[in-house]
Amino acid sequence: MKSDRGDIELAGVCKSFDGVTNVVDGVNLKIADGAYCCFIGPSGCGKTTILRMIAGHEDPTAGEIVIGGQNVVGLAPVQRRTAMMFQSYALFPHLTVRDNIAFALRVRGMSKADRLRAADAMIEKVRLTQFADRLPAQLSGGQQQRVALARAAITEPRVLLLDEPLSALDEQLRVQMRQELRRMQQELGITFIHVTHTQLEAIALADLVVVMEQGRIKQAGAARDVYAHPHDRYVAEFMGGQNVLSGRVEKVNGSTFTLAQAAPDGIEVPLQARSTVSVGDKIDIAVRRDDVALVRPGRELPPGCTTLLPSRVLAIEYQGYFVKVMLDTVPDDAFVAYVPEKTFFADPFTVGDVVMATWATGSALPLA
Amino acid sequence: MTEFEAFADMQPSLSPALSPAQISPRANLAGWLYVSPLVLVLVPFFVAPILVVLAASFFATDGFGGLTPGFTLASYVEVLHSALTLKLYLATIKFTVVTWIFTLIIGFFVAYFLVFHVRNQLLAIGLFLLCTVPFWTSNIIRMISWIPLLGKEGLINQALLGLGVIRQPLEVLLFSDLAVVIAYVHQLTIFMIVPIFNSMARIDKKLIEAAIDAGASRFDIMRLIVVPMSKSGIALGTIFVVSIVMGDFFVVKVMSGGGSASVVSAFYEDVGVLQYPSAAASAVLLTLVLVAIVSLILRTVDIRQEITR
Repeated sequence: MKSDRGDIELAGVCKSFDGVTNVVDGVNLKIADGAYCCFIGPSGCGKTTILRMIAGHEDPTAGEIVIGGQNVVGLAPVQRRTAMMFQSYALFPHLTVRDNIAFALRVRGMSKADRLRAADAMIEKVRLTQFADRLPAQLSGGQQQRVALARAAITEPRVLLLDEPLSALDEQLRVQMRQELRRMQQELGITFIHVTHTQLEAIALADLVVVMEQGRIKQAGAARDVYAHPHDRYVAEFMGGQNVLSGRVEKVNGSTFTLAQAAPDGIEVPLQARSTVSVGDKIDIAVRRDDVALVRPGRELPPGCTTLLPSRVLAIEYQGYFVKVMLDTVPDDAFVAYVPEKTFFADPFTVGDVVMATWATGSALPLA
Repeated sequence: MTEFEAFADMQPSLSPALSPAQISPRANLAGWLYVSPLVLVLVPFFVAPILVVLAASFFATDGFGGLTPGFTLASYVEVLHSALTLKLYLATIKFTVVTWIFTLIIGFFVAYFLVFHVRNQLLAIGLFLLCTVPFWTSNIIRMISWIPLLGKEGLINQALLGLGVIRQPLEVLLFSDLAVVIAYVHQLTIFMIVPIFNSMARIDKKLIEAAIDAGASRFDIMRLIVVPMSKSGIALGTIFVVSIVMGDFFVVKVMSGGGSASVVSAFYEDVGVLQYPSAAASAVLLTLVLVAIVSLILRTVDIRQEITR
């Protein structure tokens, strides 16, 4: 009997198209049944190739892909019980919405009456009833997206694979369809694997965020883990929201160490999990942009702050509920503070002002 | 109203056709300038001759090539009353249908192979050019070249005799209806390949992948995706093949050895014996029949939309 579980395990999966370079390079990952998993990374990082290998449109050069306890390498998509939603949707332009959605049932030999009934039920689920007889070209982008989703979901797959499903939509619709995707995933109760290059999309949707770079997984974890506790500089910079600083370890004192920097007294960083720090090591640390507080020179520091970095304001961007203040704190890297709107306008800075950047010592995070 | 209903209500605006009144005179002039080269060629070399033929079909004749301007339907009555006309049309339509079936099948699969199986684009272009090799020589030479292949002493007969498959050379190979069809198929398959190739090449490969993802077999993909999406190419190729075969007399004459005739060969002979009005009437009739066939074909596909896609 076939398993209905949609848990996925990738074991040492490699893919090379030219036999020389691995586009996907030894990927190991476990995705739980019914999870919403987002692969994220810049273009060319291998995320789409992984998706296509899970879907069965590409064979791995090495490694195993296990779905529901069964190695599916070499099986056709139908046998895997996966369904894919293609980037730019790949709707059949000569078929109506109803026929597009019923297509998979048609090729499975379901009778016309049955498949049209099933298609109509699915059309209702994605709220397209009044468009059932239209051709894809007569639909808006968001409607096409829902047709594509319905077409993929109609076969009751155990895994639904989405290749940049929202990239063809404009910003407002994207946020709307994002909720729609999550709602569908919960309604269907199946595993969704979603490939994107938009950080916000990934952390808003996913139970499991997988950050990739050059065919390798850099970090996989819950959205909050990946965003708030990046492993390394790459993940921190890619996910955004962090200031990354680097320097040499000046001294190690109990539960903290001090990083030599432009700061008069260095930067004090908690040791946390990183236990093997010795004097002279060059390491990166991350400080969340919204943890940075800005005070005018000579004013009292907020409680818990020991580090003080003198900076000049380079630029200010109003973002609504916060204000983005760009500083020249560190010579090579960008350093940004997200100041809550009300705090900022209580005593607004202007470009060129000298300020002190500071943060609660506990919020600095050493990176690998 | 939920947000979903709200944007379900948004209908994409399909650009409405501009009425002539909405086009500015300037744009109008530019439009005419664009078509003027074609008009300058078509009017003197296409429209005018057709009008001459149309006029001649209503003229009376003295039987020796002399035409009396006037208006008489005598030629049409003669053509339409002749049992020969029906016979010739049936013969021509038979050749047309048989040729169409073979060119369609061969053309479709050659195009399919080139588009979906040849991964290397350079190779595809090379193979495509290979299809045009027969056209590097003239039609007459191509016709003559069939003799050493299909003739009584030809390669095929020699080979079959040599293998002991037959005792007497096959007469049916040359100067027969079979030979006519072979020549047509050979000559016209390219007219099917090109438009079908063209419409197939525009099928997004992702659609094929999406169909595979849905569980479609190779045959399903061909039946449900490739054929419907190649419809316009098939229609264009059909128009080429049908109009060329219906308008041909040379291939029939040469390849049948004079044994078969076509609609055109009949009025070609009328011209030979100076019966201009009846030849003109036959020509007008054939033109009308072809216009009817072509408009029927065009009804099945929106060629215009296809070409501008």
